[in-house]
Amino acid sequence: MHSKLKKTFNTLKDSGLTPEQEEKILLELNDDRTHDMPVIGGGMAVVTTDEGEIRLLNIYEYHDLMVLQAMAQPKGSYVSHIRSIDELLEKDRQREKDGFPRKIRVGKMIKPGKAGKGKVVVVPTTVEEKFIHDPNFAEQEEEQGQGGSGDGEEGEVIGEQPVRDPDQAGEGGPGQGEGGQHEMESSAYDLGKILTEQFELPNLQDKGKKRSLTRYTYDMTDRNRGSGQVLDKKATLREIVETNIHLGNIPDLDDIDPSGFIISPRDRIYRILSKEKDFESQAVVFFLRDYSGSMAGKATELVVTQHVLIYSWLLYQYANQVESRFILHDTEAKEVEDFYTYYNSRVAGGTQVYSAYEMVNRIVKTENLAADCNIYVFHGTDGDDWDTEGKKAIPALKEMIGYASRVGVTIAEHAGSSKNNTEVERYLKKSGLLEEFPKLVRLDTINESTDEPRLIEGIKRLIS
Amino acid sequence: MELIDQHTKTIMEGCKLRARDAGLRFEDESLEYIVTNRDLIELSPKVMIPTLYDYWVHDVEVLKEKGKYELYPGNPYETVINTRPAISFYNDNNPDWLNVMIFYHVIGHIDFFQNNLYFRHTWDYDFNGEALSDKRALAKLRSERGRWVDYVIEFTRGIDNLVGYHGLLSKIFSAPDSGISEKVDFYFDIYLQDIAKVNISKYIKELERYNASINEDSVMGEQGFFSLVDQRHPEFGSLFKKHQAAKKQKPRDLLEFIMENSKMLGREENQWMLMVIQIIRKTALFFQPQIRTKIMNEGWASYWHETLYMNDDRIKGHEVDFARVNAGVTAMPRVGLNPYALGMRLFYFLEEMAEKGKVSWEFQHMADTGRRKDFDAKTGKGKDFIFNVRENFSDFTFIQSFVDQDFVTTNKLFVAGKRLNQQKMVWEYYVKSRSADDYRDMLMASMYHPPNIEVDEEKTKENALYLIHRFEGKPLVAEYIPNTMLGIEYLWGGPVQLETMEVVATPQAPRMPTMPGIPMPQTDAPEPRELKWQRVLYTMHDRKLSRNAL
Repeated sequence: MHSKLKKTFNTLKDSGLTPEQEEKILLELNDDRTHDMPVIGGGMAVVTTDEGEIRLLNIYEYHDLMVLQAMAQPKGSYVSHIRSIDELLEKDRQREKDGFPRKIRVGKMIKPGKAGKGKVVVVPTTVEEKFIHDPNFAEQEEEQGQGGSGDGEEGEVIGEQPVRDPDQAGEGGPGQGEGGQHEMESSAYDLGKILTEQFELPNLQDKGKKRSLTRYTYDMTDRNRGSGQVLDKKATLREIVETNIHLGNIPDLDDIDPSGFIISPRDRIYRILSKEKDFESQAVVFFLRDYSGSMAGKATELVVTQHVLIYSWLLYQYANQVESRFILHDTEAKEVEDFYTYYNSRVAGGTQVYSAYEMVNRIVKTENLAADCNIYVFHGTDGDDWDTEGKKAIPALKEMIGYASRVGVTIAEHAGSSKNNTEVERYLKKSGLLEEFPKLVRLDTINESTDEPRLIEGIKRLIS
Repeated sequence: MELIDQHTKTIMEGCKLRARDAGLRFEDESLEYIVTNRDLIELSPKVMIPTLYDYWVHDVEVLKEKGKYELYPGNPYETVINTRPAISFYNDNNPDWLNVMIFYHVIGHIDFFQNNLYFRHTWDYDFNGEALSDKRALAKLRSERGRWVDYVIEFTRGIDNLVGYHGLLSKIFSAPDSGISEKVDFYFDIYLQDIAKVNISKYIKELERYNASINEDSVMGEQGFFSLVDQRHPEFGSLFKKHQAAKKQKPRDLLEFIMENSKMLGREENQWMLMVIQIIRKTALFFQPQIRTKIMNEGWASYWHETLYMNDDRIKGHEVDFARVNAGVTAMPRVGLNPYALGMRLFYFLEEMAEKGKVSWEFQHMADTGRRKDFDAKTGKGKDFIFNVRENFSDFTFIQSFVDQDFVTTNKLFVAGKRLNQQKMVWEYYVKSRSADDYRDMLMASMYHPPNIEVDEEKTKENALYLIHRFEGKPLVAEYIPNTMLGIEYLWGGPVQLETMEVVATPQAPRMPTMPGIPMPQTDAPEPRELKWQRVLYTMHDRKLSRNAL
């Protein structure tokens, strides 16, 4: 891997780099992190010790109802939050008019579990700010110790906790039930509704027509007389009655004797498999995320949050008929299957934007998506690119514009770097694509101190 | 929420009798309620106080991942609350034997609430009743002033963790010496020593003269004494007045300072805000002792539920059931900190120590291991001692005073460290230290500790409020600073400044790339980080925050 990167680097170097660019690239090149899933920390950590599994709790996480009466920490139901959200947001808008920053955040993920297992819930949240000591701050890199008891020499290992541990993801203390969860789809739809109505995100002008219905699914809907897989009892009985009426076997309608019925073999109605037309999902959204080493910290958080919001909004606009594809890239692009992996994969490695663009083009071509669907591409990056002039990225982007309904690029600038001067932004502007196709390509530049209202503002810019 | 049935209540009254016989002291009345999950959903944002004031944040999922307990010191799921009468909450299908155990635990808490001196300020009133009237007052204000009431609540809550809890306590416990007037105190303690700087013989002469004039005439003697002082030191009178004024002004905490000195709050039309701030401040003070006595409180309750349960003749036959539940409550986890287990063991340990007379100068200065082990003075004072501890200590002093090497060794305690094992990709927990000092430090570091932020009156000029964060090795959470200061600016009605310490961002040292064939350099202990601290000044002016390095 590294040797391959080295080669890329050398080619780049041969074609000329400024010292500044070289330094940036070297920093990412010499970074030995990997794209791990995150560590589950704090109160959620489960440690496997020689005495069994222990959920790590601190002093203040123990409480009487839990340890004495085995009562779970109650959780307010999600439904009640949604019901009050209109009111909350109205209040929040009023706050802004009164000159205070907004306080309600939507689209914050509370339970990022692996798709299918722990689900993602999107609820309105807020935070009460106070002056407090930073609990995550440690003078040294090693964390503050934990309490422990039992045998063991100093230095002896007594327990371990996997670094990758997606299944254990979850919030709250022990004994917490799994109830009250909602799937990403349904809650994201609600979020989309909120975004559209409360934050005045625009409705899509033209969502495109329903395209050809080329896909089929198979279902037990067709009927067949005499033979088949499953007997349709109601239909069969109807046939039998009809036959017997014709035969004059039912003289008195008020006094029917079913034991005297005569049954013809053709009276039996069965259900058999049939070909069903399926409605094609109308939109395909590609989410591209730069997960190179330089994306560490806030930049990633911003990009991902914005993508959640966009995803929710599209879901609402297309009444759930959205297919989404998730692509991560550093110097190479990779498609991941679920949002969880997309959301949680850690940053590492170098940056080549074109790899992701080309991958989208390839997918669209091989699956022939352009013919049937509206295609949206949203790309989030910090604007660094080893391909400093976009020699490969721009042609790939041009190809993409040929079929996409909208390409939205979000650049989360690092604090400290000069404004509006990232490589991606520079070559995008230079290419003139932004002016040439204002309806197709949009750019939004945000910085690290961006808050949620600004993100939503950014979405308006990307999609309107 | 409904009251517990008569049958169970009778059992509880029986528990009270037995607890009293064992020496616990608490008020007669108590209320027990059955709670459902639905009740808990409503109660938990209100910190289990059913009558607490309404506030919109209670209806929203609150993000607490940053400093959950630093932000919310009240325990949201306590089983008994410190009201008069004390109110406790129960699951509706507990068997009787389990209820007996819980009752004893609850009685332990009630005894602690009503005897530990850190709760002194909550003894003279029923918080539940006050909270109800506060709730009504806020509701009425809200109907008149609308959303502005919620803004004031929000901004006040932003600094309610800085309430002067210890100041309040020290005021309660500093008994003024009734025989001697403030003027005499000032004359002898401050004026003669610090201002006039007289020598000792002159000081004693003055003292004798004072005693003589008091003996002569106990009523008018003091006046006579000072008439001569005024002649000799004409400036004394005005100095004393100045001293009195300064003493009065001494701010107790930030909220009080703002209430007294804010121009905005001083305006006629904003008087109602004072009431709101007062309510929030009082509520915050009420919850302060709870989090500062978590280990003691749970330890004490566990000690008593175990002791009393084992001696209760009514529940014979359920010892095994009890043992199972009790082990879940009071077992020391292999990794992690259980306040029930830790506090209870410390109380047992102290009882034994005191019983054998080991809490003494004689024992503490004994070096011989054998003699230390066999030391037994048979004092019979074990119980007295722990009752004394439960009255006078808080977690901080409890841990600081009593966690020693004997305790750590007896209970096989250790500090568990955490390190990354790169091969297996796991975090390893290992026995890091069995030293009592390290263990104590670890406990101290995990305890609740709000920052110390005070008003600098000298630098608070005209209308700009100047706050100083007394640095204790940890920076403040930076992203919370802007909104908190915005709130203070609103309440203060002028610019606000905050002086604090922050780490200067230093570029990370470039890491050596891994080279194929060459093993990674094994670094067991991460190299100590070099941190550069700098003093910074935040200024909030017209709702805009700026930051300067000092």
